Amino acid sequence: MAEKLPPLTLSSLDKKRRKVSFNNRYGWFFISFCLILLALFMLYPIISSLIMSTFSSRGMISRYVGLGNYKRLLHDTVFLQALKNTLLFFIIQMPIMLFLALMIATLLNNKAIKFRGVFRTGIFLPAVTSLVTYATLFKMMFSLEGFVNRFLMTTHLISDPIPWLVDPFWARITVMIALTWRWTGYNMVFYLSGLQNIPDELYEAAKIDGANALQQLGRITVPLLKPIILFTAVTSTIGTLQLFDEPTSFASGGVTAATIGPGNSLLTMSVYIYNLCFKYMPNFGYAATVAYVIVILVAILAFVQFKLAGDRR
Amino acid sequence: MKGKLYLLRVLQYAFLLSCFILAVFPFFWMVVGATNTAVDIIKGKISFGNQLIPNLNRLFSDYDVTGIFWNSCKISLLTVLGQLLFSSMAGYGFELFSSKTRERIYGVVLLTMMVPFAALMIPLFRLIVSFNLLDNHAGLILTSLVSVFLVFFFRQSFKSFPKEIIQAARVDGAGEFRIFCSIVVPAMKATYAAAAIYAFMTSWNSYMWPLIVLQSNEQKTMQLLISTLSSAYFPEYGVIMTAIIISTLPMICIFFSLQKHFIHGITGSLKQ
Repeated sequence: MAEKLPPLTLSSLDKKRRKVSFNNRYGWFFISFCLILLALFMLYPIISSLIMSTFSSRGMISRYVGLGNYKRLLHDTVFLQALKNTLLFFIIQMPIMLFLALMIATLLNNKAIKFRGVFRTGIFLPAVTSLVTYATLFKMMFSLEGFVNRFLMTTHLISDPIPWLVDPFWARITVMIALTWRWTGYNMVFYLSGLQNIPDELYEAAKIDGANALQQLGRITVPLLKPIILFTAVTSTIGTLQLFDEPTSFASGGVTAATIGPGNSLLTMSVYIYNLCFKYMPNFGYAATVAYVIVILVAILAFVQFKLAGDRR
Repeated sequence: MKGKLYLLRVLQYAFLLSCFILAVFPFFWMVVGATNTAVDIIKGKISFGNQLIPNLNRLFSDYDVTGIFWNSCKISLLTVLGQLLFSSMAGYGFELFSSKTRERIYGVVLLTMMVPFAALMIPLFRLIVSFNLLDNHAGLILTSLVSVFLVFFFRQSFKSFPKEIIQAARVDGAGEFRIFCSIVVPAMKATYAAAAIYAFMTSWNSYMWPLIVLQSNEQKTMQLLISTLSSAYFPEYGVIMTAIIISTLPMICIFFSLQKHFIHGITGSLKQ
């Protein structure tokens, strides 16, 4: 990531100095607005909540507990449930979605396929809907007597209605389907843009050498798309671990409901943080601790993904 | 050999077509739903009904939809303008005037992308309270004037900008800020369009932070309206569908009008 300084071909030291100060003056000018805003609304909250996570509070009273909040997490069954729910989404939904996006992108990059523009627009379209909107839409479609059950029953794929959103297992499946619907096209666009930068000659040469489609995918597409796959994987990880809008919208009763999804099956870590702050007696310190668990998990998972991709930077 | 290739093509089209239908169907269902009663929607009816006008009437008489829509527009437009200006300036500064210190700062800035919003939520909430901006749109806009993702996005795109043009303008005696405004910005239209779509999308669709900051009904945004409607004890599905259409329409219009630039912009930023 480190950028090389401009080559110093100027002979006199004076010119070099003047150039550095010129660079500095405008460099700081252009980034200053952004830095001030980030310091106030990003850096300060990060540090503040790190400090807060060492306090435990009930309403107005708070006391220093050091790492006590972090120890408390280990025995907090609600937290462990939230952790499990969140990780389930990460382990099952994310790989399926990214693989699907890659499949569609490689197909749409094939010049022999007609109507590519139409397919691309249609498949990307879900990405413009808001999280609340599509969650509400899916909640209606997947209701017990709703469209999906009716469709599956009239086509005789199932004989009894599936208890989407009523049964903990199916509630998670429903949210995963909805997430895949919303985000596959979004990731596909990134892959598609990356694929357009891979010269066609590479595939031509591979074909002449007798490589089949699977070999082309494994030997050319995936290695050359590695930086972009990594980018989508890391952003999806961050998104999945922060999951909030979807679970709360799918749960009957919204954020104010007693349990998020049947048997708290949709309770994610971000929802738990919200509950700790705004639903129960506010305990900001403990909420900040849960938030930092997300930070740590994201950092670990991103690190693992970077290592897996063999990225040296 | 030829038959095999033919079969493969058919399978490919079938796969794409089913993805396409699955992706587009909910939109169709949403439009159909807006013309039906709640009972019909729950029963899974997929043909047009005649309830569109009654549904719209219910929505507009029970809620101040025009006001709420205007709130969403105002917040999103101001956020987009701020994000485009500050993020692109920062991306330009980091790329064109690099130094060791600034590279380190850039690294830290990128790292903050990993911090989930939930971790910032509580101190931000307190900050907003201490600024006296709770239940105020300014509180919402102020906190999202800069986007780290867009700083990254703009910097990546500026990498492919020909530096000779900037040098030439300097020789002609143009000031740095003027070069940026009158040469670089117009030349990077596609990048700005892509960034604008992204910024508008995130702002228009955001839910959690508005839910916390905005508390009175007059200040609500479209997303908050939909969540209020759908978490009612007896949800009026037809009415919800009309609200959903009203809130999705601007996004679809913007996307279709700027779509070309969007793909180009993303491609441009990924070239490096």
